[in-house]
Amino acid sequence: MTDRTGVPDPVLHSMPALLARNVARFGAKPAYREKEFGIWQSWTWSETAEEIEALALGLMDMGLCAGEHVAIIGRNRPALYWSFVAIQSAGAIPVPLYQDAAAEEIAYALDHCGAVFAICGDQEQVDKVHEVQDRLPALRKLIYLEARGMRRYDHAALTAYGDVQAQGRTRRGALQGRLQAVADAVTYDDTCVMLYTSGTTGRPKGVVLSNRNIIETSKNSSAFDHLRADDEILAYLPMAWVGDFIFSIGQAYWTGFCVNCPESADTMMTDLREIGPTYYFAPPRVFETQLTNVMIRMEDASRFKKWLFDRLMALARRVGPDILDRRPVAAMDRLLYRLGEVLVYGPLKNTLGFSRVRVGYTAGEAIGPEIFDFYRALGINLKQLYGQTEASVFITQQPDGEVRSDTVGVPSPGVELRIAEDGEVFYRSPGTFVRYYKNDASTASTKDAEGWVATGDAGFIEEGTGHLRIIDRAKDVGRMASGALFAPKYVENKLKFFPNILEAVVFGAGREMCVAFLNIDLTAVGNWAERNNIAYASYQELSQHPQVLATIGAHVAEVNRSIADDDMLSGCQVHRFLVLHKELDADDGEMTRTRKVRRGVIGEKYADLIDALFGGKSEIYTETEVTYEDGRKGKIRATLILQDAVVVGDATRMAAQ
Amino acid sequence: MKDDSYVTSDGRTIGGVLMDLRRITLRFGGVEAIKDISFDIREGEIRAIIGPNGAGKSSMLNVISGFYVPQEGEVWFRGARRPPMKPFQVARQGIARTFQNIALFEGMTVLDNVMTGRLTQMKASMLSEAIWWGKAQREELANRERVERVIDFLEIQHIRKTPVGRLPYGLKKRVELARALAAQPRLLLLDEPMAGMNVEEKEDMSRFILDVNDEFGTTIALIEHDMGVVMDLSDRVVVMDYGRKIGDGTPHEVRNNQEVIDAYLGVAHD
Repeated sequence: MTDRTGVPDPVLHSMPALLARNVARFGAKPAYREKEFGIWQSWTWSETAEEIEALALGLMDMGLCAGEHVAIIGRNRPALYWSFVAIQSAGAIPVPLYQDAAAEEIAYALDHCGAVFAICGDQEQVDKVHEVQDRLPALRKLIYLEARGMRRYDHAALTAYGDVQAQGRTRRGALQGRLQAVADAVTYDDTCVMLYTSGTTGRPKGVVLSNRNIIETSKNSSAFDHLRADDEILAYLPMAWVGDFIFSIGQAYWTGFCVNCPESADTMMTDLREIGPTYYFAPPRVFETQLTNVMIRMEDASRFKKWLFDRLMALARRVGPDILDRRPVAAMDRLLYRLGEVLVYGPLKNTLGFSRVRVGYTAGEAIGPEIFDFYRALGINLKQLYGQTEASVFITQQPDGEVRSDTVGVPSPGVELRIAEDGEVFYRSPGTFVRYYKNDASTASTKDAEGWVATGDAGFIEEGTGHLRIIDRAKDVGRMASGALFAPKYVENKLKFFPNILEAVVFGAGREMCVAFLNIDLTAVGNWAERNNIAYASYQELSQHPQVLATIGAHVAEVNRSIADDDMLSGCQVHRFLVLHKELDADDGEMTRTRKVRRGVIGEKYADLIDALFGGKSEIYTETEVTYEDGRKGKIRATLILQDAVVVGDATRMAAQ
Repeated sequence: MKDDSYVTSDGRTIGGVLMDLRRITLRFGGVEAIKDISFDIREGEIRAIIGPNGAGKSSMLNVISGFYVPQEGEVWFRGARRPPMKPFQVARQGIARTFQNIALFEGMTVLDNVMTGRLTQMKASMLSEAIWWGKAQREELANRERVERVIDFLEIQHIRKTPVGRLPYGLKKRVELARALAAQPRLLLLDEPMAGMNVEEKEDMSRFILDVNDEFGTTIALIEHDMGVVMDLSDRVVVMDYGRKIGDGTPHEVRNNQEVIDAYLGVAHD
């Protein structure tokens, strides 16, 4: 990229326009790669443009008109990424949906946006749409990518992706003029994409993002991290998530870097290693899992290797982040770190697929300081950003050299921040969404006339550094009966930083004390059980094992000690807790598809357990309805043990007695 | 051979007789494992052989695969009587199988195991193989491509390079199926493909069996204990008991056959 300065070229007002520019500038450079049949296949920008044009013409031939919506459902594959831009080329609006969504959720979105076509990755997705198709009069046709298993389907309402393209190629002469006319008519403020937010409360909302939102944001964020045309990313996060749209389409088209798609969801780690991305994004959960795996495997290593690893990791924790931030470090330490790079850090980064990462981001949830520091100690430039769909991702991000685990960084280029009286964070930026589709009431309550958007998060700007710190969801921050501040997320994050604890939900608003639901992490706790010869038949049994409960109890006590140090939040210590008999799951509506806990749903569903915790019982029998992946329902029964936790301080002691 | 092919209710074409077993009797010393059984397998169908333990199902499958040579009776394959053959010759004719007790090379990777399914198709000389040049190289590339398609089809990409010994049972079963499929068989024999699996694994395996039949048009003969699975998957079912055939027909017919009900549920002695 050369022209990082000033306004974009006036003709670059849409993704198709950026595509044309990339063909001219990087024509023979790979734009997409996908591993198929064990080999990485690649498509250059020129080939990509041809594929996209064929699909766009084919869609036009099938009657796609400007302004109509087309849904895209499937895993990350080049052909599905092309369909975004093909739909835009035809003047229509792409609407990606989460591939793991149940048929009902898909039906809601398809109906809400009035999608006329749905492009499905495979049979699973086609089946889901089929199931609800009779309720969707607007839906004219299903287009599928992977034909497998659908040979005997009724093909009257089904078309293969390849056939659409073939038709487009034959009708090229007749339709190309119309395609050009559409391209010429596009303005900077036309809709680029519509994304459904998973929403921690209520129905999903369709967030309308314009070309301006996407292109300005892509331009600013690419410049912020000096992204280049020779960068590589691995596209493995849900295509329906705004982040993937910005990284794999927005920034990729703006800077012209290559998007690599894994062979399947299960091969992601191998593919990551083979590609060695230079620009990488993962939610904290992925980093946590990787760290847990490394630690579990180190337990099995020979004694010498374990010793070497421990010694060198201790060194890395001490000096690694400073070396990364180019701060002064003693010569001896620097030398030892070099040695460590050869013996441990380099090979470890290679195994994790992080050898070439220049810019790494995590966001979505708070990341544990230990996890964060582990990766930075290895010399991986892992940073945090804070964003949301309504902002086209970026609100704040951490500049190189100013990275800390407890802040989310400074405002991204072009973003203005404002903290309201009650602590809620507001922002205004070129990426600020246009509106919620068919939901003016929500639009008005979220975005004011001057363009300020409420994030729904409470936070403050740190004196001196200008970094933003997020405390909690604004509506979750409350008061306890004693008047003390209650910030559940703050406590939950501290709990979740223990590898043994996968999820935590804390209750206590308006109450005398705080109580917590916990989920054990089956990988970590299962490994521990194996090592200690503890037999268990199920997740449920392991979760209620006395030794597991004792370990978790110790973790809770440690968190309480750390909370007690905070004057503002010392009232939030967890007095009683239980370990849930099932993992919180998006299929049961307990979490969003992006794995954020839905406090309200959980509070209602497990009201009996909450009452028992506050009521001081020591055991409770409960029945819970669960939803299987295919939508069927079942029930699990369990007797849960409720425990008191060790708390610090006098003021709240009485409740624990 | 007259052409009496027909189309099933779900739109698949079932062709003429692919394999015809005529009055087969198999004895081990004085024990008659199979007593005078005749039935046929038609092109493109899924044919199940069921029966209580010790009914002679696996023996029957071994007769089909050429491992056992029956003392009496004839095996007709693709319109010709099959003389007694070595198992590898049967494999070359286009018959592949999986085993009840998994028979994979535990120390080799999934990929290498599946590649062995292509052995009957490899014709390059030993010298050429050793220096991996010319024909051997071309052959390996072509075979690898075929194998990769099977790996993709059965969704085992993530364990491509994993030694089979490290895999859980359900995946091993799938690798065995992959190896059999790599041979591009006309007739695929599955010996208890779902034994020991949980419900979810069974569902996956059923889906794969249906897809194999559908996508590649492979004729499938299988032995299975799980009645639900058999009745859902197969076009026609042979029921054996004590080495005799006691029923033969569509799942519906077999289910209503009194002799079959007696064999499975027991007979009241009054």
